[in-house]
Amino acid sequence: MTSHPVGPPGEQVFAALTTEHRGKLMALAREVAFPGGTRIFEEGEKADRFWIIRSGTVALDVHVPGRGRVVVETIGAGSLLGWSWLCPPRQWHLAAETRDAVRAWEFDAAAVQDLCAEDTALGLSLVTAVAETIGDRLRATRTRLLDLYGPPGPQGIGPVP
Amino acid sequence: MTLTPLSYRVVDRRDETHDTVTLVLEPASEALKPFAPGQFAMLYAFGVGEIPVSVSRLADGHRLTHTVRAVGAVSRALCGLRTGGWVGVRGPFGTAWDSAAAHGNDLLVIAGGIGLAPLRPLVDAVLAEPQAFGRLNVLAGARTPDDLLYGDEFPAWGKPFGAVTVDRPSGGWTGRVGVVTTLLREARFTPSDTVAFVCGPEVMMRATARALIHQGVRPDRIRVSLERNMRCATGHCGHCQLGPLLLCRDGPVVGYDQAEPLLTVREL
Repeated sequence: MTSHPVGPPGEQVFAALTTEHRGKLMALAREVAFPGGTRIFEEGEKADRFWIIRSGTVALDVHVPGRGRVVVETIGAGSLLGWSWLCPPRQWHLAAETRDAVRAWEFDAAAVQDLCAEDTALGLSLVTAVAETIGDRLRATRTRLLDLYGPPGPQGIGPVP
Repeated sequence: MTLTPLSYRVVDRRDETHDTVTLVLEPASEALKPFAPGQFAMLYAFGVGEIPVSVSRLADGHRLTHTVRAVGAVSRALCGLRTGGWVGVRGPFGTAWDSAAAHGNDLLVIAGGIGLAPLRPLVDAVLAEPQAFGRLNVLAGARTPDDLLYGDEFPAWGKPFGAVTVDRPSGGWTGRVGVVTTLLREARFTPSDTVAFVCGPEVMMRATARALIHQGVRPDRIRVSLERNMRCATGHCGHCQLGPLLLCRDGPVVGYDQAEPLLTVREL
């Protein structure tokens, strides 16, 4: 088990899927490429697609009045880009812009949802996989809210100054 | 000797960030025994007080290098020292990053904030004999781009893999944004043959250790550096007790298999 910067399609996001399920899903995928600086989607737009990043980096941002676009997270190879398609209101919560050249597998959300309705076992596996990604990002967000790297508290600084 | 500070003179200082300074110290006469990566000294700002600070570089000869962030009265006094100033030093104290145990394995060096300082001697040691180790990955998280330590050294550490992420991008930052664990996805290592060295805020170390274990790294192959209220540094006063451990003596570097059950207990 080795981590690679660029793995096979869906290697990380869909690792828990059976070979058959992964095959069915990947039959719906199309390979896409975005130059650096491409706005892939905007906050509030209809979330009708999602991507698995194969290489490159994507920044997720939100527009803050007076401050412009504020990046809240960047994601890279092997990551799922976009989960807002999964549940109402199916609109992007954030915007996404490529930091550098990105290669990705693109999925049409409606087609995937149809496939999940046909094969409920696949649907459960896929939703579980996406939920794991959502959970990861929720945990990361909560951790960041602690202002981790700020000045330590009043307990003193210990051997790690 | 460990209870009596020796006099050291500041022979060099460097402002790392707006609140963090690296001091190079030289003994006035008698010198302390050599330090190992991960060990710490008690630095005494005369007339103010004493705090534990890890070595941030194993300099040549008897010199000591420490990186200090100004967060309290003592650390502010230390950060305010100029070249030629004096400081009292006791040490070396505590356990070290046992790099020898990682021979032949891939290495993950994962730092949060100023946790990069105690890890820098380890990175130096690994880069000094790269043939003894597998792939080196240096991953660092910082609050903002301006808070990142040793930015000019990172290009050398980045071979074969180094990455930095920040919580709050600013000033045209085009790098990663997010917690340091997100960098693990792109690191190059084989979990079953990896030793991880983690230093930073305790919550960050717990989150990192859990992510590593989830990826297949054994808990006893994950080393963390724990901080508590260290006073005597000789295992006598008990201020740094964490369960059965007196961290000034049994730490600060501890295996996560030993630390994890202690870190999740509400009161010890």
